Amino acid sequence: MAQNLVIIGAGMASGRALEHLLEADRDAFNVTLFNAEPRGNYNRIMLSPVLSGEKAFDEIVTHTADWYEENGVTCRFGEKVAQIDRATKTVTSEAGDIVPYDKLLLATGSNPFMIPLPGHDLDGVIAYRDLEDTNRMIALADKPGAKAVVIGGGLLGLEAAAGLKLRGVDVTVVHLMGHLMERQLDEAAGYLLRKALVEKGITVKCSANSKEIMGEDGHVTGLRLDDGTELPCDLLVMAVGIRPNVALAQGAQLAVGKGIHVDDQMITSDPNILAVGECVEHNGALFGLVAPLYEQAKVVAQTLQGEQAAFIQKEVSTKLKVTGCDLFSAGDFADGPDREDIVFRDPARGVYKRLVLEENRIKGAVMYGDTADSNWFFGLIKDGTDVAEMRETLIFGPAYQGGTPLDPMAAVAALPDDAEICGCNGITKGTIVKAIQDGATDLAAVRTVTKASGSCGTCTGLVEQVLGVTLGDDFVIPTEQPMCGCTDLTHEDVRRLIKSQELKSMPAVWQELGWKTTCGCHICRPALNFYLLADWPLEYKDDPQSRFINERKHANIQKDGTFSVVPRMWGGITNPGELRAIADAAEKYNVPTVKVTGGQRIDLLGVKSEDLPSIWADLNKAGLVSGHAYAKGLRTVKTCVGTDHCRFGTQDSTGLGIKLEKALWGSWTPHKVKLAVSGCPRNCAEATCKDVGVICVDSGYQVGVGGAAGMDVKETERLADVATEQEAIDVTVAFVQLYREHAKYLDRPYKWIAKVGLDWVKERVVDDLENRQALIDRFALSQSIYQKDPWAEHAQEKAESFQPLANLTLEAAE
Amino acid sequence: MTNWIDIGPLTAVAPRGGRVLKTAFGCVAVFRTADDQVFALDNACPHKAGPLAEGIVHGHNVTCPLHNWVISLETGEAQGADEGAVNTYPARVEGGRILLDAACLVRRAA
Repeated sequence: MAQNLVIIGAGMASGRALEHLLEADRDAFNVTLFNAEPRGNYNRIMLSPVLSGEKAFDEIVTHTADWYEENGVTCRFGEKVAQIDRATKTVTSEAGDIVPYDKLLLATGSNPFMIPLPGHDLDGVIAYRDLEDTNRMIALADKPGAKAVVIGGGLLGLEAAAGLKLRGVDVTVVHLMGHLMERQLDEAAGYLLRKALVEKGITVKCSANSKEIMGEDGHVTGLRLDDGTELPCDLLVMAVGIRPNVALAQGAQLAVGKGIHVDDQMITSDPNILAVGECVEHNGALFGLVAPLYEQAKVVAQTLQGEQAAFIQKEVSTKLKVTGCDLFSAGDFADGPDREDIVFRDPARGVYKRLVLEENRIKGAVMYGDTADSNWFFGLIKDGTDVAEMRETLIFGPAYQGGTPLDPMAAVAALPDDAEICGCNGITKGTIVKAIQDGATDLAAVRTVTKASGSCGTCTGLVEQVLGVTLGDDFVIPTEQPMCGCTDLTHEDVRRLIKSQELKSMPAVWQELGWKTTCGCHICRPALNFYLLADWPLEYKDDPQSRFINERKHANIQKDGTFSVVPRMWGGITNPGELRAIADAAEKYNVPTVKVTGGQRIDLLGVKSEDLPSIWADLNKAGLVSGHAYAKGLRTVKTCVGTDHCRFGTQDSTGLGIKLEKALWGSWTPHKVKLAVSGCPRNCAEATCKDVGVICVDSGYQVGVGGAAGMDVKETERLADVATEQEAIDVTVAFVQLYREHAKYLDRPYKWIAKVGLDWVKERVVDDLENRQALIDRFALSQSIYQKDPWAEHAQEKAESFQPLANLTLEAAE
Repeated sequence: MTNWIDIGPLTAVAPRGGRVLKTAFGCVAVFRTADDQVFALDNACPHKAGPLAEGIVHGHNVTCPLHNWVISLETGEAQGADEGAVNTYPARVEGGRILLDAACLVRRAA
């Protein structure tokens, strides 16, 4: 026959215990669940993301009303238990209902500790414990100019402060101790944390002793410190710690110390009463973190089922749930006579790691800024591993142990399971790992099973690395050239990771992908600058210092350090006014060489750096703009005269060329892009060896792509035959955008197409009209930022930077 | 003997950037690194006299814009397999101004 089990408190510990019980035997107990909060179990540690707005409350509910009903749990939510009568084995609710029990489980949790400062009972003084508190803080953000003070710079207080700040509230953290989170962090890590929070706009006051909470009409108005400082606020959050809630147990005369005493089986001093969670005291210890609570829940469920189980205390670790503050701490890191430190600092990256050793074993670890290896260190602490052998390289993490060279797969190994690897098919790392474990042990098999890397293929390197990480030595990764000496990742890997990890700045790439140099080199920086601006046109700010001089100065450097200037001639068409302006400029600035280029325009060679802004200003006056003859971007659109004059012309090739150039100019691309439009198959504009070449025919337009006439010579391949001029433009723009989004930096289109296949390009640009439009829209968005004449901009705003910093020739002559 | 002269504000050179300083003894390239240190070198790569001030600055190195030689800002020496060096001149930042030891410039010329 089923026994009556009464549980007091529907928190995370009892919720987990209930799950274990029901899993083992649904019908062993008639469960009655009391909860003072008017709701069931939710993931309390996720209140911080709810506060910050990163999650909704519904997302953190672990047990819904349906769940309780399905499992036959009698819920008495919003009802407090007034007393326990051990003699009659009953509990009495505040309303007077008497419920009998065979077994009673106390899961009363803890109460936030409220410092008994004068004014602590004013309205607007709250703790940070439950959904009500969270909602109070969220509501505060609706008030314009709202201010909050958080007392307590521990885990909870800082999560409250960061959440409030994200909601737009002006927050000050007041902390009694000299540095933040002093129980988990040492001073150095506390400093970095403080710096990060201050950068987020949170005011932090350490070594600050609160004296009095000020109020008006019963509502809080501010906090006064003992040095006289007054901090005005509309809400005051006390997050200084928790105390086990032992009132009921005390009333029932159970053995109680700081918490309810339990043995290893989680049984209190009464054999029919068990306790679990934050309310218990086990071997003198209290518990506030979730890992040991779940362990207790497992033990309590087993004990209730009559099984043998014992709760053993283990090391716990801490991570802070504040976006952008990566910290980890575990174990004991107090200084001591037998203790030694290993410390690693990288101030530029804001990285700090410290290991505390005693007798060749790690006792404690503190990490800030880079916690990728924290689980490995935590394992060493828990297992008490002897680290004498690896001491010299210990601090660098698992990738550096055993004398093996640097592990190029560390970045991939560190990715979470939900990280997207294949963007085309939306395949996560977890899915791939599962497929590998189920027997797909090479690239082709993974591709068949999951579709990962089966589309554009740029994530192939990453998939191979996941294979390597999962299979270990059984898988040999084909060698791909890394981007440069700063990283072991290939261009394709980096592009993929920039998208999937949403890396939107160069420091983010260096930090997250483990760059080996402080700020890249002349090979990776220009590539990263392009990838970032192509993928995040709105968020990323172009970095001129990461561009080759030609793109920084918008002119081509020549062997003697002078520059060449090429104004744009749309479709190769010019007029006497423009030619006159060019001739005047050539004379005025003593241009030694004036040359007609292969792209149907005029090159002024040999211009001095300091003359560039003024020659541009002169050319601008005649309506001429930069021809981007120096850019990894659109160069020229070469045309023939088409139906305007030619007796063979079939379409207006010049007009289409001009339209294409007007659409595409100013955009940055992986390498230079050259176009041509010929008015008939005689192909006078040589369109068949261009990156995009259009041949006009009677029935419309033949759009070819992937031609080359440089180091390699290659004829274009037909992308599409279209009937209208607009379609020709659309297909071209979509093609260029696809190239911008996927190609490796410095791959011309023909090289990129050879890698992804023309069919893959056709699917996206020609066949899928919706995708074509999406590409065009993304191109337009990018052009809204980047389609502007750099000459005009530089001549007006940056002219000074083209001059020498100083001229000492006169002084030196004295 | 040193002769520190003020050649301009630190802000006149972009972080990870370079500018040219004209002197009677030739052009000097003045660099500012990401950590706000300044360096002064002859503005001519040991390879084919490329204008180093126009190069990409990374760490305490600059890459020549003409043929990608990498020159150490600290020693003036070419890095990697390339061999050669340019003159370096003492430079420092004080109160937001870039100071250069002009005595060195003259000595070099003499």
